Amino acid sequence: MAKLLQQFAGMENGVTMNTSAAQGSPDIQFDQASKRYGDVLAVDNMSLSIERGEFFSFLGPSGCGKTTSLRMIAGFEQPSEGDVSIGGVSMLGVPPHQRPVNMVFQHYALFPHMSVAENIGYGLRQRAPRPAASDIDRQVDEALEMVQMTGYGPRRAWELSGGQQQRVALARALINRPTVLLLDEPLAALDRKLRRDMQIELQTLQRDVGITFVLVTHDQEEALSMSDRICIMRDGQVVQSGSPRELYDQPASVYVADFVGKSNFISGKVNTVNGDAITVVNQHGHPFAGVPSGGAAALTVGSDVSVAVRPEVIVLGAHNSSAADMDTDVAVNGRIKNRIFLGEHTEYLVDADGLGDVLVLSPKHVESTRGTFEPGGTVAIGWKNDTALVLEDK
Amino acid sequence: MANENNRSGLLTGALLAPATAWFLIMLIMPLIVVAIFSFGERSPVGGYVASFTFDQYANLPSRFAAFRNTLTFAPFGTLASLLIAYPLAYFLAVKVSARWKLLLLVLVIVPFWTSLLIRTYAWIFILGGKGIPAMLAFIGIDDVRLINTPFAVMVGIIYGYLPLMVFPIYVSLDKLDKRLLEASSDLGGTPFRSFLQITLPLSMPGMATGCMLVFILLMGEFLIPAFLGGGKIFFVGNALVDLFLQSRNWPFGSAVAIMLVIVMLITVTLYMRLTVGKSTGRDESLM
Ligand SMILES: Nc1ncnc2c1ncn2[C@@H]1O[C@H](COP(=O)(O)OP(=O)(O)OP(=O)(O)O)[C@@H](O)[C@H]1O
Ligand SMILES: [Mg+2]
Repeated sequence: MAKLLQQFAGMENGVTMNTSAAQGSPDIQFDQASKRYGDVLAVDNMSLSIERGEFFSFLGPSGCGKTTSLRMIAGFEQPSEGDVSIGGVSMLGVPPHQRPVNMVFQHYALFPHMSVAENIGYGLRQRAPRPAASDIDRQVDEALEMVQMTGYGPRRAWELSGGQQQRVALARALINRPTVLLLDEPLAALDRKLRRDMQIELQTLQRDVGITFVLVTHDQEEALSMSDRICIMRDGQVVQSGSPRELYDQPASVYVADFVGKSNFISGKVNTVNGDAITVVNQHGHPFAGVPSGGAAALTVGSDVSVAVRPEVIVLGAHNSSAADMDTDVAVNGRIKNRIFLGEHTEYLVDADGLGDVLVLSPKHVESTRGTFEPGGTVAIGWKNDTALVLEDK
Repeated sequence: MANENNRSGLLTGALLAPATAWFLIMLIMPLIVVAIFSFGERSPVGGYVASFTFDQYANLPSRFAAFRNTLTFAPFGTLASLLIAYPLAYFLAVKVSARWKLLLLVLVIVPFWTSLLIRTYAWIFILGGKGIPAMLAFIGIDDVRLINTPFAVMVGIIYGYLPLMVFPIYVSLDKLDKRLLEASSDLGGTPFRSFLQITLPLSMPGMATGCMLVFILLMGEFLIPAFLGGGKIFFVGNALVDLFLQSRNWPFGSAVAIMLVIVMLITVTLYMRLTVGKSTGRDESLM
């Protein structure tokens, strides 16, 4: 299995070297690309580069233009304005069958009138000159082995489970040794457990074959756990792109902080800006301090902002604890509305005085030393100012 | 459990009863009557006299030409309709924008609103001396005879049966998942190869249904050869009209009819073997 994958990856590199015009240039580049459908601007002036060998994800809510972006790479859509290039070569006017990329479709789009083996060998049969039948058979067998489906060749696509169909779709795309593999919500139709398994498999596969994967998903957990880099989209525009950690720790806006992981927000106006120390006054006149987010633009006094506090940076203490008691900078009293046990963590929903509902995530080791709080009981919550990010309301 | 099965069995039976009765009365009964007639004798004044003889069947070779014509024109007419209908259906299903689709589909059906008799009559004039031949003479091509030729019969067949062929093919092309074509093109298939490998096989059920419809109806056709073949090209249908209505030879007519049913059963069975037998796909059953 490992040897096979190496061989697979090795051959892939050979192909990459041949097809790429400029070595070292990004694999895919969007250059002010827009896509218009009548009045709808599905993708709006997108500029973005995806590096070779990267696991890249487009993440965003329904209708934000993820699929359209992917389809512009595959060649099913031509940009209305701007350009999309692959391996440094502009793809304007290049039809899908001449592009060095392959796609795994959302509902797999397996050919219903062909067996699994015929489906997988389809790409090889389109080559000119066409490889020998024995050569195709051998490569199909290898591809089946790679996705752990050995022996399924003679079956029909509709005789397979969702997860198996997904593997066949993967094998059908990868057998062509594309320089880029495009995946449009490949796991959306699978149940939670299987999705988790396939996520790990996809990640392993990507590392082993070493080619660029571009994934479209609206599942933030999926994007965070699998990707090297994520592009967050909204209404056809790129909101922020960066590594999962960058997006989580340094979100550019409330939108990103809300989309990537969970966060509590306190909205208000900027009161003072003093280097990295910002104070914000909320609607009740209470001041809160925070630090600017690395990914965000500079803030000005009086602008509408939110202070974002991640649930895991908030600590719980006994009612009326002071900030010093809890070793925090802020202390607010509240009442526990709800408690959810999540295994490694316990999630509390606290109705905090003047703040409303605040989500608190408390790790197991803290819970076991300090003891759990009961729903309905009173508590204090607190956090340190340097863990609170001040973000523009966008 | 068994009880429940029994009850659902009873219910199924009850629901199927009207259809079964209809089938028996309207289809099987007349066939039995015709079968009985075919072993009888013709009375001197025409009609039927009860008897048991194979004379009528022995006499069948006298109508060989009618069978030969039917068995030539039916398959070739079906094939010609298919060849013309496919591009038309493809155009309607794939190329035409949603706005024009409905209008064009209606245009395909409109001829059905008048009877085939009247429409075939119109073709007599179009193909007759004052129609196309007159126009050809006008540009210097003289003495073209179209009416009462096999060509005229073929034109009539294609004209009359085209919509029956277009619709099933249209349906199968229209419901074809466009993503399969995208997948094909993504995997390196040129548009032409994608058509051959994806569109064509997946529209097979539509073609099979259309061919079956047209072929079966053509086997019983009599109007088109009578009008456009000018009495020179006789189908089995014309023989039946002649035997039952003109010469009133009911027993011989019945034997011809039974023979036609047998020929039809054989050809349709062969045809089913060739088309449906091959495809095992769940989504490839007829329509
Ligand atoms: N063929 C089309 N014709 C017209 N509008 C389209 C077409 N395809 C997409 N759109 C529009 O473009 C926008 C972006 O669509 P897209 O499919 O890229 O969204 P998405 O981010 O993939 O959403 P989802 O998560 O729901 O798949 C949407 O508003 C959509 O309605
Ligand atoms: Mg989509």
